[in-house]
Amino acid sequence: MTCIHLLLTLVFAVSLGTPVEIKRPRGVPLTKKPFYEENKPFTCLDGSRTIPFDRVNDDYCDCKDGSDEPGTAACPNGSFHCTNAGYRPTFIPSSRINDGICDCCDTTDEYNSGARCENTCKELGRREREVLQKMAEVTKEGFLLKQQLIEEAKKGHQEKQVKVTDMQENKKQLEEKVEALRTVKETAEQPEKEAKERHLKAWDEQKAAVRLEKDKAKMSEAFLELDDNADGFVSVSELQSHAEMDPDADGTFTEAEAQGLLGGTEQVDTTTFESVWTNIKEKYHSESQSEEPAPVETPPEEVKEPVVDNEPYPEEDVSEEEDEDDDEEDDYNEEDKAPPTVRTPEKSQEDEEAMPPYDADTQVLINVAQKTRDDFEEAEKALREMDDQIRNIEKELSFDFGPNAEFTYLYNQCYELPTSEYIYRLCPFNRVSQKPKYGGSETNLGSWGSWSGPENNKYLTMKYEHGTGCWQGPNRSTTVKLTCGKETVVTSTSEPSRCEYQMEFTTPAVCQEPTNIDLSPHGHEEL
Amino acid sequence: MAASCDSLLLILLLCLSAQAVDRSNFKTCDQSTFCKRQRELKPGQSPYRALLDTLELSDSRITLQLINDNNKVRLLLELYRLQGNMTRVKINELKPLKPRYEVPDVLISDPLTEPLSVVSQDENSLVLCLGGKERRLIVSAQPFRLDIVEGPQVLMSLNSRGLLAFEHLRARKDTISHKISSTVGSMWDSLKSIFSSKSESEEMTGQESVEKQSDEDGQIKEEEDKPGMWEETFKSHSDSKPNGPSSISLDFSLPGVEHVYGIPEHADTLKLKNTDGSDPYRLYNLDVFQYELHNPMALYGAVPVLISHSTERTMGIFWLNAAETWVDISSNTAGKTLFGKMLDFVQVSSEAPQTDVRWISESGIIDVFIMLGPKPTDVFTQYASLTGTQSFPPLSTLAYHQCRWNYNDQEDVKAVDQGFDEHDIPYDFIWLDIEHADGKRYFTWDPIKFPQPKDMLQGLMDKKRKLVAIVDPHIRVDSGYKIHNEISSQSFYVKNKDGGDYEGWCWPGNSGYPDFTNPQMRAWWASMFAYDQYEGSMENQYVWNDMNEPSVFNGPEVTMHKDALHGVWEHRDVHNLYGLYVQKATADGLIQRSGGVERPFVLTRAFFAGSQRYGAVWTGDNAAEWGHLKMSIPMCLSLGLVGISFCGADVGGFFKHPSTELLVRWYQAGAYQPFFRAHAHIDTPRREPWLFGPENTGLIREAVRQRYALLPYWYQLFYNAHHTGQPVMRPLWVEYPGDVATFSIEDEYLIGKDLLVHPVTDEGATGVTAFLPGKGEVWYDVHTFQKHDGDQSLYIPVTMSSIPVFQRGGSIICRKDRVRRSSSCMENDPYSLYVALSSQGSAEGELYIDDFHTFNFETSKQFVHRHLSFSANMLSSRNLSPDSQFSTGSWIEKIVIVGGGQPSSVTLRDADGTESTLEFEFDSTHAVLTLRKPAVNAAADWTVLLR
Repeated sequence: MTCIHLLLTLVFAVSLGTPVEIKRPRGVPLTKKPFYEENKPFTCLDGSRTIPFDRVNDDYCDCKDGSDEPGTAACPNGSFHCTNAGYRPTFIPSSRINDGICDCCDTTDEYNSGARCENTCKELGRREREVLQKMAEVTKEGFLLKQQLIEEAKKGHQEKQVKVTDMQENKKQLEEKVEALRTVKETAEQPEKEAKERHLKAWDEQKAAVRLEKDKAKMSEAFLELDDNADGFVSVSELQSHAEMDPDADGTFTEAEAQGLLGGTEQVDTTTFESVWTNIKEKYHSESQSEEPAPVETPPEEVKEPVVDNEPYPEEDVSEEEDEDDDEEDDYNEEDKAPPTVRTPEKSQEDEEAMPPYDADTQVLINVAQKTRDDFEEAEKALREMDDQIRNIEKELSFDFGPNAEFTYLYNQCYELPTSEYIYRLCPFNRVSQKPKYGGSETNLGSWGSWSGPENNKYLTMKYEHGTGCWQGPNRSTTVKLTCGKETVVTSTSEPSRCEYQMEFTTPAVCQEPTNIDLSPHGHEEL
Repeated sequence: MAASCDSLLLILLLCLSAQAVDRSNFKTCDQSTFCKRQRELKPGQSPYRALLDTLELSDSRITLQLINDNNKVRLLLELYRLQGNMTRVKINELKPLKPRYEVPDVLISDPLTEPLSVVSQDENSLVLCLGGKERRLIVSAQPFRLDIVEGPQVLMSLNSRGLLAFEHLRARKDTISHKISSTVGSMWDSLKSIFSSKSESEEMTGQESVEKQSDEDGQIKEEEDKPGMWEETFKSHSDSKPNGPSSISLDFSLPGVEHVYGIPEHADTLKLKNTDGSDPYRLYNLDVFQYELHNPMALYGAVPVLISHSTERTMGIFWLNAAETWVDISSNTAGKTLFGKMLDFVQVSSEAPQTDVRWISESGIIDVFIMLGPKPTDVFTQYASLTGTQSFPPLSTLAYHQCRWNYNDQEDVKAVDQGFDEHDIPYDFIWLDIEHADGKRYFTWDPIKFPQPKDMLQGLMDKKRKLVAIVDPHIRVDSGYKIHNEISSQSFYVKNKDGGDYEGWCWPGNSGYPDFTNPQMRAWWASMFAYDQYEGSMENQYVWNDMNEPSVFNGPEVTMHKDALHGVWEHRDVHNLYGLYVQKATADGLIQRSGGVERPFVLTRAFFAGSQRYGAVWTGDNAAEWGHLKMSIPMCLSLGLVGISFCGADVGGFFKHPSTELLVRWYQAGAYQPFFRAHAHIDTPRREPWLFGPENTGLIREAVRQRYALLPYWYQLFYNAHHTGQPVMRPLWVEYPGDVATFSIEDEYLIGKDLLVHPVTDEGATGVTAFLPGKGEVWYDVHTFQKHDGDQSLYIPVTMSSIPVFQRGGSIICRKDRVRRSSSCMENDPYSLYVALSSQGSAEGELYIDDFHTFNFETSKQFVHRHLSFSANMLSSRNLSPDSQFSTGSWIEKIVIVGGGQPSSVTLRDADGTESTLEFEFDSTHAVLTLRKPAVNAAADWTVLLR
C-alpha cells in the first residue's frame, strides 16, 4: 500500500547496441530528467510550488500539474513514461499505474499491483518492424503504381482534352452541316408541299362530286320508295307512313307536319322532291335497311377513342429507376406503371375511299424532300451524340481526381465485396450499393458526394450521400476510407450506425512517397 | 444490417404510427370494464355490515364476517397487528366458489404479529388496541368501516366513503335454470310495477335464492349482469373471462394529508395528482412504445405502495395484489368522512384537508398493509420488513455502463472498449442487446457477429471490465432451439385458455412464454445460467431481462391475454408479478453459477413490490428530450420511496437523437443517479462519448469521473439500503419532513442525506435555482467548497461544465479521487475524506469496505464499517461492527475539512497510540483545510487532532 517509494529505477536504454545506465525517478522520460535532480528541492513543472525531493513519487499529489508523481497514480492528471526498450516509448495516464493491467510492454507500469506482466517489447518491436517493412514494401510498390496512374491519368487527361478540342472542332463542322442540310431540306420541302396540296385539293373536289352523285341516287331511291302508289308523286299520306321523319318527334306525325315537309303542298314530283329531300334526308330510313343497325356516324363515340390515344402517357415509365427500394411507395408506383387500359388500334371506319396515290411528279418531289429530311435528321443526331460525348468527357475532366489526378483510374470502375449476407459494390465517383446475396433488390447506399478526409489530406476519405431512405431514419450514406495498397479492393464494410455505412478501400493512389523508414530497433529517442 | 426485413417488419408491426405513444393501444378505465363498473359506484352508504357476533380472536389476529346486505354474500375480514407499527387488513369471500388468488413470493416471510386485544365493544363497534400510545383500531359494524386512531387523531379510515366492493365469484347465468329464473324475474318485474307491495317483497326475501339484490324499497330482483362481466373485447382481442366478475375495491381516507407519493411506475410528478376528472393511476405492467410524460397510464412496472406524508406523520398503504389495478386519488375535507363513533374519539376541524385514495383491482383478494410510520424512515423500515431490502449490488454495477442497441459484433465491442481507453473515460460494463443472440434465441450467440464470445469476455476481463448480455423471457418457438425444446417438453410454457402452449409475437417472431410463476420452471431457468449450459458465458458476464411485462406484440395492450393460464391461475391474477419472477429466476441463476459466492446483477424493465431484492430497474424506453431528462428524477424518486433504489434512466434517451447539449447534461445528471447507463435505439446515430468533439468529450469524461470518485459513498449507501431499507436517492421531504417547502420538489434530490443534487435539465440554461433545506444548516458546493445557508432558494449560475451538487454541513463523505479506467482497478486505492462542518463545527459519516463483489460480507461478516466523526476539533474513525473482519489495502490519503478554522498544528494518533504530526494546507477563501497524507489504513482506528 503506502510504501511504494521506489524512487529511482534503473533504466536500460539500448543505444547503438551499448547498454547505458541512467538514474532518474520512475516514470520520467529522459528529456525531463534534468528537472528531477536528486537531493535538490523539486519545483513543479508548472512552477506552482517547490517541494522537498523526497516528495517526488511519494504517492501523494503535491503539484497541481501532477509533475511530482510521474511514477505513481496519485495525481489525477499525471502521466507515466514507459521506456519500452525494443519497442516504442510511450506515455500513459498515471491512473494506469498499478491498476493491475499491463499497459507498458516493458511492464514498468505494474510494479506494485501483483499483476504478472511479461515484457513483450521485443516481440512487439519485431512485429512492428515486420509490419512496417511490409507496409514500406507496399508503399513503395504502391507509390510506383501511383506514378504510373498519375502518368496514365495525365496522358488520359491530355488525350481527352485533345479529343474534346477535336470534337469541338468536329462539332462546329457538324453544326454547319446541319444548317446546310436544313436549308436543302427546306428548299426541297417547298415544292413538295405545294404538289401535295394540289393533289389533296383535286382529291377533295373529286370526293365532293362523288358525294353529290351518291346523294342524288339516294334521293331517287327514296322517292321511289316513298311513292307507294308509284304515281310519280310523293303525297302527304305516303310521307306520313315514315314516322321517323316526324319533325318534332312527338310520336304523332301529323298531316300538317307532313305537309310542312312537302313545302305546303299535298304532293311533290321528282323535281320538287329535291328541295324536300334536303329537309328529310337526315331522318329518312330506307325500309329495306331499317333492320340493320344504324351504321351512321355516332358522334359521341367518335370523341372517345382519340382522347385515350392523346392521353399523355405516364412519364415515369420512361425513366427507369435502377435503384428501386422495397419501400411501400413501390406499390403505388407499380399501379402507376400498369397500362391504364388495353388499347386496340382502332381506326375510325372511313366511308370514303382512301386517297389515291400521288401522281408520279408529286411522288418524285416527295422522295427528294424525304431524302433531304433523312440527311438532315441524321446530321442532327450525330451532332447530339457529339454533344453528349463532349459533355461526358467534360464531366469527367471536371471531377477532382486528386492533386495529381491519381484517382482518375477509378472512374467508371466498380469494386465488389461479398459478405455473408450482401454484395457491396463501390463505383467510385458514382455510387455505393448493397445487394442481398440471395435475391432481393439492390439498395443505394449513397451517391458520390465529396472528398471528406481530414484537413491535411481530404483525399483519404470519400463521402457518398443521399442513398435510399431508411425507415424512420436518415438517407443511407457511406464513408469510404482509403488506405495505401498495391491492389484496388474494398477490404471491409460495416454499418456502425443504422444506415451509415463505412467502407475500407485500398488503392495505390493514396500511397505516399516512401521516406527512408528507419527499421532499426526503437529506443534511440531516449538519447 | 439496415435492410434486414424481419426486424423491420416487427418494428413496423409494433409502431406504425411512430411519433408518440398510441394511446388507443391501451385501455382507459372506461375500456377496462371492471374499472368502469367500480368507478360508477359513488361514495355513500356501504352495503357492507360487520357481523360482530362472528368475532374470533386469537393471539395473532381477529376475524369476523362482513355481509353485503344487498346480495347477502358474506366476506371474511382478518385483522392483524404486525410488529413494527403496521396493521394488515385482509378481506376475502367467506366461501368463494373457488379459491381466489393470494399473491405469493412477495413477502419475505409471514409478517410477525403482535397480540391484538379488544379494548371495548358495543352493539355497533369494536375497539382494538394496536399498542403504542393509545393507538386503536375501531371496527364499526354498520356501515362497516375501519378507523385507525392515535389518541385524538384519526390516522386513516377504511371504507369511510363506502367504496368497499367485492365482486363475489358466481356461476355463469347462461344455464337453463338461470333462463327460467330470469324469465320469472322479468315477469316479476312487470308484476311489481303494477302491484307495488312491501309484504310481497318481504316474502321473497325469505326464499333466499342465489343472487338477489334488494333495492332501497326492499324489493328484490336478480343482480343483473353488466356489460363486460363475462367477456370483454378490446380492439381485436377478446378476453373470455370464464370466472366472470371478480374485482375488488376499497377506499382509504387520510385526514390531514395533502401529499401522497409512490405507486410507480408512471411518467408523472413525484407528488401524485388528484385523479378526479381524469383516469385513475393505472398499475398494469405494459410495454408502452414511446411513452408520454405527465400521464397516469401504466408503464413497465408496478409497485402498489402509496406513501402519505404531512408535517405530522408519514404512512404507507401496501395493496398486495398483482392483478390490473387502478388508484383514484382525490382531495377532500376531513369532516366529510367522520361520523358516529369517531366523534367520540376525535376532534377534527371539518375544514382539515384530507386525501382519499381508492384502490381497484380486477381479481384476487383485498390484502392491505397499513404502515403507520410515523417518520419516513419508519415507513421504509416497515415496508422493508415486509418485502425485503434492495439487493446489495457488486460495486462495479454502480459504475458507468455503456449500452447500445446494438454493438454490432466482437470487433465493435473491442473498438468501443478501446475508445474509452483512448479518451481516458472510465467504464465498467459494455452491454449487448438482442442482436447478439443467434436469431434472438437467448442464451446463444450470433455465430457470425460473435463467433468467440469467450475471447471477447476475456479481453474485457483483462481490463477488469464486464459485459451484460440480454436474456428476454420470450422464447423462440423453434424445434432446433434447445431452450425451447426443454421448456416445451417439460410443459413449462404458459398455457392459452384452451390448454395449449400460449404463443405470441415478440422479437424472434412466434414465441412461447415460460411460466415463471412455477417454481420448477424458475429452478430450471436458473440452471441455464451455469457456465456449462450457457455456452460462451463467463463470470464477468451479467444479465439484462427486458420485455418481461411480458411484452407480446400481438397481444391485448401489447401483453399477454388475461385468460392465459399459469397452472390453475389466470394470467389476470398474476400479471404484475411476472416480471419479478423473471428477474428472480435470473438472479438465482447467476448466484448458483458461482456456487453461491458472487453477488448477481440483473437489470429488469418490469417489476413489482419486492423486485428490489433481485437487482436494478430502469425507466424503460424513454426519449432524447429534455422533458424525459427531467422526468427521470421523479420516476426514480418514486421507485426509491417504495424500496427500489437501484434505478436509472437511459442516459441520452433511448428513442431519437439527442442534441450534444442534452447528451452532456444527461451524463451530468445520470452520474448522480443510482443506475448510470447510456443506451440508444438501433436507428439512432452512434453516440459514444467521444463523438462530439474534444470539448464535449471532456465534459462527459468529467461527469463520469465525478461518479467514480463518489463510488465509495454510493456503495456505502447501497449497503445501508440493503441493511436498513432506506432509499439511496431521496426526495428532500424524506430528510426534512417538517418543511412543507420540500414536499413537491422534484427537480433536485438527496443522495443519502448528505449530497444534494440539482442537475441542469433545461436547454440553454444559464442558471438553476436550488432550494437548500434546513434552518440553521449549511451546505457546501462540492466543487468550490463555497458555503451556503440552508432554508433558502439559491440561484446558481451554470456553464456547460456545471453540475450543482452540495454537501451537507455536518457530514463526512469518503471518495476515491484516483479515478481509473474501471472501478475494479480502484479496489485498493486510498480514500480521501471530505469533512463538511455544520454550523456547530461537527460532522459525521461512514465508510464501508468489503471485497466489492461476493456475499462474504453477509455469510462471513467480511467487511469494514467505520463511523467517522468530527467534533471539538477531533476527527476519529471508530469501528461500527466490531464482530466483522476484513483487511483492506486502502488507506487514507487526504482529509479535507471545510468550514473550520486554521489550526496551528495537526496530530495523528494511530491505533497503538503513536502520534505523528500531519502537514496541512489552509485555503482561507473558503476555509478549506487539507491534511496531507495521514496514510493510516482505512480499516484502522485513528484520531486526528487539530490544535
